[in-house]
Amino acid sequence: MNSPSVLVLAGGLSHEREVSLHSGRRVATALRSQHLDVIESDVDSGLVERIATAGEVVAFPLLHGEAGEDGSLREVLALLDVPFVGSIASVSRIAFDKSIATRVVAGAGVATPVQVALPHEIFRELGAASLVAALGEQVGFPMMVKPSRSGSALGCSRVDSPEQLPAAMVAAYAYGQVAVVETFIEGTEVTVGVVDRGDGPQVLPAVEIRPESGVYDYAARYTPGATRFICPAGLDDEVADRAAQAALRVHKTLGLADLSRTDLIIDRSGEPVFLETNVAPGMTETSAMPLAIEAAGGDLGDTCAALVQNAWKRGIRAMNPTR
Amino acid sequence: MTVDHPGSEGAGSPLPARRDTRLDPYIGTYAERTHGMTASAVRALFAVANRPEVVSLAGGMPNIADLPLESLGGAIARLVAEHGTRAMQYGAGQGEPVLRAQICEVMAEEAISAHPDDVVVSVGSQQGLALLTQVFCDPGDVILCEAPSYVGALGVFRTYQTQVVHVAMDADGLDPIALREAIASCRAAGKKIKFIYTIPNFHNPAGISQPLERRREILAIAKSEGILIVEDNPYGLLGFDSEPTPAIRSLDDGAVVYLGSFSKTFAPGFRIGWILAPHAIKEKLVLAQESATLCPPVFSQYTISAYLQNFDWRGQIKKSRELYRERRDAMLAGLQAHMPPGTSWTRPGGGFFVWLTIPAPLDAEAMLPRAVTARVAYVPGNAFYADGLGTRHMRLSYCLPTPDQIIEGTRRLAEVMGNELSINAIFSNPGRPRALHPYEAPGPDQR
Repeated sequence: MNSPSVLVLAGGLSHEREVSLHSGRRVATALRSQHLDVIESDVDSGLVERIATAGEVVAFPLLHGEAGEDGSLREVLALLDVPFVGSIASVSRIAFDKSIATRVVAGAGVATPVQVALPHEIFRELGAASLVAALGEQVGFPMMVKPSRSGSALGCSRVDSPEQLPAAMVAAYAYGQVAVVETFIEGTEVTVGVVDRGDGPQVLPAVEIRPESGVYDYAARYTPGATRFICPAGLDDEVADRAAQAALRVHKTLGLADLSRTDLIIDRSGEPVFLETNVAPGMTETSAMPLAIEAAGGDLGDTCAALVQNAWKRGIRAMNPTR
Repeated sequence: MTVDHPGSEGAGSPLPARRDTRLDPYIGTYAERTHGMTASAVRALFAVANRPEVVSLAGGMPNIADLPLESLGGAIARLVAEHGTRAMQYGAGQGEPVLRAQICEVMAEEAISAHPDDVVVSVGSQQGLALLTQVFCDPGDVILCEAPSYVGALGVFRTYQTQVVHVAMDADGLDPIALREAIASCRAAGKKIKFIYTIPNFHNPAGISQPLERRREILAIAKSEGILIVEDNPYGLLGFDSEPTPAIRSLDDGAVVYLGSFSKTFAPGFRIGWILAPHAIKEKLVLAQESATLCPPVFSQYTISAYLQNFDWRGQIKKSRELYRERRDAMLAGLQAHMPPGTSWTRPGGGFFVWLTIPAPLDAEAMLPRAVTARVAYVPGNAFYADGLGTRHMRLSYCLPTPDQIIEGTRRLAEVMGNELSINAIFSNPGRPRALHPYEAPGPDQR
């Protein structure tokens, strides 16, 4: 089979632009090491024309943040008949929305935090004070308040007492119409990648994340040295297996394709609890996914090339449904 | 690639040994001064702010599109053809004599009388500031700065592990009473004050200026206390409404180190600024400059020298002033038309910046990602404080966008603020509690 050119899509207009460009560069370099022809492109007003003149390509979206993960970009790629690496638009849309994804994976038996999802209009209509009080009673403290649809911890707050809740709700609603309020789970933070090289989804070793500052915020994520990554995570075999099964179940239940990375908290009882899943995991020098690929004995370039081949085959099948 | 989780590193495991990494093999070897050098979400946003879709009211980039680019190109070609062997060679650590003499002519516009021997050319005035801090400051030494102060200066002071003590401003800039109090308080605490860092003209970020009388007061305090003044003056020739106010350095040649720059009045890409210093300080600065760079960029110096010699640079600055005045007016009109009640702002008489104070409980830093999503960018006020204050302020620059873009930017910004205020109203949220501080706002001249 001929190899198409690979259109690595990175950049965009979110605050994760720089991170996305780093991911794009790393994946582009890895793919070139596999002797693939790679075109790197920003996601801007020139993209559609660039695609039109690029010939046969497979897109590798590495756009982080809303347009990259909520399915928008993938919808456009499908519209333009460009095969792409990763989950399709409708699936990405579901995965990106915490209020929906959490319910879906809970239905499949994955442990999730107690979660309440509310649009801000309801507070306006029914009065904030009584609803805020009810949230405190139902979910309990400490709790996490998050925008339902937002990447990279933006608008997320830990709330330890009732008086902190209104400010946290305001911060979350600044990013969207719906906020989720969840129980805060104490435990070990791990992230588990799943990769499908064409022979079914395979779980990568869990990566344990220990930010030196105690908080896995922007600085901890992207400052080299600011976070300890332990891979495979320091979990006993049974717990590690449960975490792996949870990530695999999330991947399959949501219908994710090619690659995903699921963030879990291993609670005090050893139960992996779902936090969120990511359809465009970071691929930077300080990202967990490449680390997990290497820990599994894989090579980033080889793995990315396999994902490109998956997408290319899907594209051929779509054009020739009988084959 | 299968799931198998060895509880420990073990031979015979299908997985490699457990890797415990911070993804930086040199993590234990960095100098202590790098401690605060971390990735920042706000800095990451500025990568987006420079995209054409975004109205950036964030950057301090001068308008250089109206420079006589074609004839400048010709002058540079002649420089290479006729003087290339000198212009592209190493030069003097202090800077080229021809340019230092011309710099004295530029400073004369602000009533400064100086000799070329006392001028040290630097890689932008930013490097001048770094050299000064290097020469004067040990870790823990105090630098007195206006509140707020230039973010780039705060970065240099942090790098040299100094302690920045902010001093309040009023409508006339640095407040003499607050300055005396700060000096007394630092000395009572046994701290060494190395210099007062001030931006007297069209302050970055506050947009206000010190009248001549205020400059005299500050100079008198500094001299009586035996503290050096570092006068940073990149915008002095960019006033809209009057002749330049004499520089502090014009009032005294022994108590003031003056920093100048071609970045705002010509072009920042050449990276040429200068330091005018008393003789003994100058001698140390030259040695520090030689150690840092051997010599400041020679080609840039000759290019600027050619520009000053062959072009009507005063006329060009006059044109720039008119352009920036038009943009300042657009900014003030946009703010007046769109800003929600409870917002106030300074009315700069020159320079590039307006300092906006937003209504409680809005937080300019927290709001920035939403503003960028709405395609407008600014610099949150806390960037201009060394102590985390300033989140109810932002710096808006009008130097680069067109008047229409500026007005559209203020409209977008007001919309973001309105949405935030509306959500806050639902929860009647008092906002994140913050300590009030006398220098949160620069003065009563707002609005």
